[in-house]
Amino acid sequence: MNNQLSQLSLLELSQLLEAQEITAVELMETTVERYRQLDSDIKSFLYFDLDESLETAKKQDSLERKSALHGIPLAIKDNISRLGKPLTCSSKILAGHRPPYSATVVEKLEQAGGIFVGNTNMDEFAMGSSTETSAYQTTRNPWDLERVPGGSSGGSAAAVAAGIVPAALGSDTGGSIRQPAAFCGVVGFKPTYGRVSRYGLFPFASSLDQIGPIARTVSDVAFLTELLAGSDSRDSTSLDSPVPRYLEQLQPRAEGLTFGIPEEYFGEGVDSDVRQIIQQTIETLKQQGAEIKTVNLPHTKYAISTYYILATAEASSNLARYDGVQYGYRADEPDDLIDMYSRTRAEGFGPEVKRRIMLGTFVLSSGYYEAYYGKAQKLRTLIKQDFDRVYEECDLLLTPTTPSTAFKLGEKIDDPVQMYLSDILTASTNLAGLPAISIPVGQDSKQLPVGAQLIGPALSEQTVLNAAFMLEKQSQWDAKIAPVQA
Amino acid sequence: MVDDVVIGLEVHVQLQTQSKLFCGCSTKFGDNPNANTCPVCLGWPGTLPVLNKKALEYGILASLALNCKINQKIKFDRKNYYYPDLPKAYQISQYDLPLAEHGTVKFNHDGESCAVGIERLHLEEDAGKLVHSSVSRESYVDYNRSGTPLAEIVTKPELTSPERAESFLRTLKKQMEYLDVSDCNMDEGSLRCDANISIRRDDGSLGTKAEIKNMNSFKAVRKALSYEVLRQRKLLSRGQRVVQETRLWDETTEQTKSMRSKEEAHDYRYFPEPDLVPVRIDKKWQQEIGFKLPELPDKKFNRFLDEYQLTEEAARTLTDSRPLADFFEQAIKPDVSAKTVGNLIISDVKRELNERGWDIGQVALTPAALTSVASLLEENLISSNVGSELIAELVESGGDPREIVEQRGLKQISSEDQLSSVILQVVSENPDAVADIRGGKNQAIGFLVGQVMQKTGGQADPGTAQKLLREEIL
Repeated sequence: MNNQLSQLSLLELSQLLEAQEITAVELMETTVERYRQLDSDIKSFLYFDLDESLETAKKQDSLERKSALHGIPLAIKDNISRLGKPLTCSSKILAGHRPPYSATVVEKLEQAGGIFVGNTNMDEFAMGSSTETSAYQTTRNPWDLERVPGGSSGGSAAAVAAGIVPAALGSDTGGSIRQPAAFCGVVGFKPTYGRVSRYGLFPFASSLDQIGPIARTVSDVAFLTELLAGSDSRDSTSLDSPVPRYLEQLQPRAEGLTFGIPEEYFGEGVDSDVRQIIQQTIETLKQQGAEIKTVNLPHTKYAISTYYILATAEASSNLARYDGVQYGYRADEPDDLIDMYSRTRAEGFGPEVKRRIMLGTFVLSSGYYEAYYGKAQKLRTLIKQDFDRVYEECDLLLTPTTPSTAFKLGEKIDDPVQMYLSDILTASTNLAGLPAISIPVGQDSKQLPVGAQLIGPALSEQTVLNAAFMLEKQSQWDAKIAPVQA
Repeated sequence: MVDDVVIGLEVHVQLQTQSKLFCGCSTKFGDNPNANTCPVCLGWPGTLPVLNKKALEYGILASLALNCKINQKIKFDRKNYYYPDLPKAYQISQYDLPLAEHGTVKFNHDGESCAVGIERLHLEEDAGKLVHSSVSRESYVDYNRSGTPLAEIVTKPELTSPERAESFLRTLKKQMEYLDVSDCNMDEGSLRCDANISIRRDDGSLGTKAEIKNMNSFKAVRKALSYEVLRQRKLLSRGQRVVQETRLWDETTEQTKSMRSKEEAHDYRYFPEPDLVPVRIDKKWQQEIGFKLPELPDKKFNRFLDEYQLTEEAARTLTDSRPLADFFEQAIKPDVSAKTVGNLIISDVKRELNERGWDIGQVALTPAALTSVASLLEENLISSNVGSELIAELVESGGDPREIVEQRGLKQISSEDQLSSVILQVVSENPDAVADIRGGKNQAIGFLVGQVMQKTGGQADPGTAQKLLREEIL
């Protein structure tokens, strides 16, 4: 029973709960057991509310079902607020912090009956592509424990891939949902910027951050996106546009659609295995009646520099508030105010966060602003215009999600530039604010999952999901759960 | 030498909205520390600002009054610096697309008409307040003020003396009060002012400026700037240079002191606030706000001159505050002259207000009662002394003046018949004075009028008494 349940998708579990073939408590007991069996190796969770999760499940069993999410265990990235629950962004500087309010997305999913069981590990303040910059622990890829799960939402992707929970929330600033989803062989979706409220998401780079779901099927992702999306009076950047019934309207469709294949996304850095599997995916699309067109996004080569200037600039300001005054870590026995500030931050932040704060502070400083931040703003506009142009001739773009499959632990951690290049195929979408999904479409020669990325124009979530749904049905991908054993 | 002082002001006006600029917390002053706070104005991570539309409306109103051009597209920016009272370590302000620009304010200084250009007006959030323990080395932060809306008004460097700067500031305060967008209470910090000041070089070019902070009253603005003029002149006359720096006014020593040099100046690293979207000011909305613009002090002053034939001084005093001007106009009725009403306010009502430290909103006197007092005076039914006493009483406890006069028999005796017996009595009792008058010493008549007043308990009309005395004696 246990292993069977952990193989099932969120919507399959929901049907069993609906039919009363299982109870929320039984499902939660399975979840707890699976967590106990596996997570000492994988280390996807920073903490897991064992008692409270079972309590809540018991309560949900006694209530009328609120939605298909009723009684479903969920994991949440350690940067999304839940009232009174510990939240650290995997940083020492937030040790002991408990936010006094819940994020809009948390309220929405809890109202629908979902049960958050605990917070997942991440790169410190979402800065990283391997979850190795966490101040607390190293999460391992369930497909190969010697490899990284990707990042920064590595804990969420690993927990879903290992079948501990059917779905989790992540956040995506430059690829932080899609890249770990690709590395862990699960589906990760970053909706259009503003489609999902950011209220309660601890910011890394506000103009790029977006919350999204990670699950094992496209249907689950469509279902969760529908629950998450919508305008929010507490987030001025949220979009005031009606939310379609993504799940109801989900159909495997590629016919009549034109898929752009951007040349720039198949450059030298892309592994041959990855290239080959994406090529097969293109063939699948053709067979399904889609038109394929080679297109160009000429400013792609500037995406990573642009991204790292804008993201670090915003981060330097967003992270300035961790000063030891109100909450989180404060250095012991400071001599004076300046000493309190500098030691709190020196002791509280890890090296990658410090590097980015310094970078961001530099690019905003007077005398350098125009050369860096100003120029990056202009490039951001050009990158957006690249996308606008290609969407005049195609409906969606198909690319690999990552240049390579999951790399080894420690392989890139000492080489920031190599690590930054992991985002090369995903960061442009954040700069342009577009919706993009990563779905597993095959395995490389090392049996590691390969992710394909579909990028659509703003608010084309349904088209993106439909095409992903088709690819999911057609791909050879049938191993939904990583072959990990206790 | 005359116009070589160059002063520009940066004035922070707290907009009196019910709630803060980016959250729903109350802006009330004086509540318990941190009573009016929430995760948003405490800057807790993950929270987001949402613009208060009322603050924007007040900002537009103020901009229109300062004759500024409203920018159709505005945005907010982050001003980054560390201080414990600034919970996000950045202030949401406006940098390169402020709410309004290019205005002018006319003001009167000692009878001279002056004008100063307004560089810009922008909206920003206020910081909290530090409270230092008197017994330990500890400091506490009160975030009640954190996030309250401010309009920062920056003038061009066109004020040419500390006194003119003060006059401008008073005019600005008056305008904001007229608009009812701020109470401009300097004690509570709802009007704050920094200044840039320099002395022009002999060739007319601008000299090096110093920025002066911590001037907490109109008097402090004048004194600090006067001190600074002297300090800078002294340096220059000795052939020394003025250093570009920020200086603090010290109220107790009455001196400015260097706070930080140009090299130590903050680099605020402004950049667009990504948590707020740029705001487009709807033309129609702006027009609607324009319709709400009340008559401003200058216009009211001119109208009062024309419409009520007041002296400049009277018109200026009456337009000093909008409630006072409104009170005046409410008290004007067709059967009394505006002049009488105006004089009553300027001499008697104002005196009572000053004695009590009140403003016009606090009096028990109604405009209708003031009208009654004015007509009692004009009908010669009461003397001006009785008028003054009546006003004093009405200000304190209210009532109907005609009833009071009737009940207490305060009416003045102006009928000649009623007075004639008193006149005869006074003439017979004071033969010396009568002789003096007959001998041409006219001043003695005053003494006799006084006697008449005394005998009638102040109720005689002095004019009539004098006329009758002359007739009797001469």
